Amino acid sequence: MATQHSRSVARFMLAPAVILLLGWMLVPLTATLIFSFKKYLPLRGGDLGWVGFDNYVRFVSSSAFWPSVMATLTIIGSVLVITIILGIVLALLLDQPMWGQGIVRILVIAPFFVMPTVSALVWKNMFMDPINGILAHLWKFFGAAPVEWLTQASMQSIVMIVSWQWLPFATLILLTSVQSLDREQLEAAEMDGAPWISRFWHLILPHLARAITIVLLIQTIFLLSVFAEIFVTTGGAFGTKTLTYLIFQRVLESQNIGLGSAGGVYAIILANIVAIFLMRAVGKNLDS
Amino acid sequence: MARAVTTQRKTLNTLIAWSIGFVIFFPILWTILTSFKTEAQAINDPPLFLFFDWTLENYAVVQERSNYMRFLWNSIFLAGGSTLLGIIIAVPAAWSMAFVPSNRTKDILMWMLSTKMLPAVGVLYPIYIGFVKLGLLDSRLGLMIILMLINLPIIIWMLYTYFKEIPGEILEAARMDGASLKDEILYVLTPMAIPGIASTVLLNVILAWNEAFWTLNLTAAKAAPLTAFIASYSSPEGLFFAKLSAASTMAIAPILILGWFSQKQLVRGLTFGAVK
Amino acid sequence: MGRIVLESVTKKFGNTEVIPPLDLTIEEGEFVVFVGPSGCGKSTLLRLIAGLEDVSSGVIKIDDNDATDLAPAKRGLAMVFQSYALYPHMSVRKNITFPLRMAGLSKAEQDERVTKAAEVLNLSDYLDRRPGQLSGGQRQRVAIGRAIVREPSAFLFDEPLSNLDAALRVGMRLEISELHKRLETTMIYVTHDQVEAMTMADKIVVLRAGNIEQVGSPLELYHSPRNTFVAGFIGSPKMNLIDGEEAAKYGAHTIGIRPEHISVSGSEGPWSGKVVVSEHLGSDTFFHIHGTGLADTITVRVDGEVNFKYGDRVYLTPRDDVIHKFDAEGLRIG
Repeated sequence: MATQHSRSVARFMLAPAVILLLGWMLVPLTATLIFSFKKYLPLRGGDLGWVGFDNYVRFVSSSAFWPSVMATLTIIGSVLVITIILGIVLALLLDQPMWGQGIVRILVIAPFFVMPTVSALVWKNMFMDPINGILAHLWKFFGAAPVEWLTQASMQSIVMIVSWQWLPFATLILLTSVQSLDREQLEAAEMDGAPWISRFWHLILPHLARAITIVLLIQTIFLLSVFAEIFVTTGGAFGTKTLTYLIFQRVLESQNIGLGSAGGVYAIILANIVAIFLMRAVGKNLDS
Repeated sequence: MARAVTTQRKTLNTLIAWSIGFVIFFPILWTILTSFKTEAQAINDPPLFLFFDWTLENYAVVQERSNYMRFLWNSIFLAGGSTLLGIIIAVPAAWSMAFVPSNRTKDILMWMLSTKMLPAVGVLYPIYIGFVKLGLLDSRLGLMIILMLINLPIIIWMLYTYFKEIPGEILEAARMDGASLKDEILYVLTPMAIPGIASTVLLNVILAWNEAFWTLNLTAAKAAPLTAFIASYSSPEGLFFAKLSAASTMAIAPILILGWFSQKQLVRGLTFGAVK
Repeated sequence: MGRIVLESVTKKFGNTEVIPPLDLTIEEGEFVVFVGPSGCGKSTLLRLIAGLEDVSSGVIKIDDNDATDLAPAKRGLAMVFQSYALYPHMSVRKNITFPLRMAGLSKAEQDERVTKAAEVLNLSDYLDRRPGQLSGGQRQRVAIGRAIVREPSAFLFDEPLSNLDAALRVGMRLEISELHKRLETTMIYVTHDQVEAMTMADKIVVLRAGNIEQVGSPLELYHSPRNTFVAGFIGSPKMNLIDGEEAAKYGAHTIGIRPEHISVSGSEGPWSGKVVVSEHLGSDTFFHIHGTGLADTITVRVDGEVNFKYGDRVYLTPRDDVIHKFDAEGLRIG
């Protein structure tokens, strides 16, 4: 397989993808780095010269910075925990013999197809609206006072919407993995008298490790950039301002490119920290 | 191996699974139902489930207000175009990494994936300026390239995992049989990888279809896809539930139908070829 | 057509030398078997000849032309892979004509050759099936069919029978031998199974760790193995190798005696021990004997009618005229 010729051909064929992605990464990154050291206000004078680390200092010292980092991590963490736990439960359930398994699977996948803007709008208006939302009707039905979801429980609401979108993904990956379990191994364990819980803990869960890693990796990649769900629902208010959203506001709403770019650099650093942890875990798990 | 399951147990499973499936699907079902109500019925207390006067009025209004077909066409063009372009670039790259691996293959793959972690918002402004300078703002071509780039790592990774399952001996056989590299990829590798490629295409069409950061920030009127179409209903007047529902249904219906029809490939695609 | 010459060919993977400098000549029309334990470099050597791997140094000549840097397709060789490597998405017919299609032969010519090959290989009824619908033996035949339609100057076989069950293997072995007789084309065949090597080869190349231990006809290897490795590798059951005092009596460091060259008696003989296992094949019986003080186990092959039980004490007499002697380096003496 590996002759000199095929190796050089391989390099040649890999080149377009590498060059494109390298360009896609480096060009805007360099520009962002340059902007971050400038006072740059397109609507109020444009490029006002170099300012050193001013933007970086200002961005971090802003009262919104640490809460935004926390909000980002909270959303990622909560959604991951919820989707993985519920995903495992659902996967184990869907693996059981039943009628109409295919239809249930279709129902469960459906949220994955819904674009984030649509799901945010639908949840915000038709479910979480304190007067006409379904949830309000439900609360009233049980005699409770309707919750003003997006103001009183804003973070929970966003986590719920995003989890709803990503649960299908987690469930499907985990289901595929559950279905490839070695039945004989499970039966052997049952013969050995292992109770259900220890079979789950010692056989099923380790088998799912690889699938869980994939879910972690892919979902984190997408969750780091959750945007539309916040844009449409709270607009970043009530403690739901993620780092992404904060930068968005600095760049587009206050048109402070320098400050926003410094924030962008912070976001890139945060993403890289998360990435390093993930890649380590994933790299190990994907080797087999 | 298969053991007899009591009907009782099966019935219970069915009941629980269907209930959960129903709850998960409910927001979509409710949206579709509401789209056929009048505005008054849409906010009726208590909510009306099936017994209301079914009407298509909302769809007519939405179509009249915004040119649905144009958004739809843009979505199809962007999702299809970016995926096709991505596949053309990714197939050779994935071939290289799967069949002529080097010590760095794993690192390259991980690096590619890590570009997906680059926060879009961090580079929004430079891209925006670049687009203005190149005259690509609000153009389908520009947006198609961006969507291709953001999904390229996923496409490459998926194809890589699928290609890895194809025994290298078959490609060597083709080489011995006198196939050039082009023949090898076109007549042997690609046909064998069709299921994997189909899954990759499907998943990436969905991802591109639903992408809602670049499509919202880099388009105005001309190149705007359905994400922008629906975003225009987020303003207060969107509080007309029935019309919002009709617009939502129109935005998600094509991809929902596509997804359901190709469920099998899609499930395979969703696992990124990495879970068996 | 089909003379292959390797001149000081080496192969390194990184810093590991898999094939140290190696010279070998394969004559036109010969059936050559590369045999050796797994990891001995036999498959690598075959792939070097095929052009699927580059040589690190040295020259490969095919029919007196330097083929060292030629692409696999340009070498005029055909290969049959261990996994058959059939194209699963093509019918049998398409599989067999693929190399012809690549060579740009006319449709008529393709049809003619595929029909001929299918007849030879008993595949005529299966031409429109997919490989997935065929049995292991049939797939193997398709792989061979794909090789013969090209009319190559040599065939390369990489452990082609190892995925077949025992009965089929014997059948296919005969088929390949017959094919060689009919085509009279050079064949290079890689296997770890010395029985395949002995039964099929005109010339056997025994390899260990990339080194050629011995080259020769099956009977040459059987009668005069060049060293203890070849002695132990060729022949079934294995040759008994005996060190120490008993060997010194023969003026050697190690002596080797084949199981079939020892006779067994219940009463007399120079060596004695206890039967631990007796394997009755009907025609022959193998006794595995412990406690002789010569080696852990001495294996003896005798007539099928001879009968001793577990634990019986037996006496052994080697045939002195066929004892192999080796020196301290394991090399043959005399």
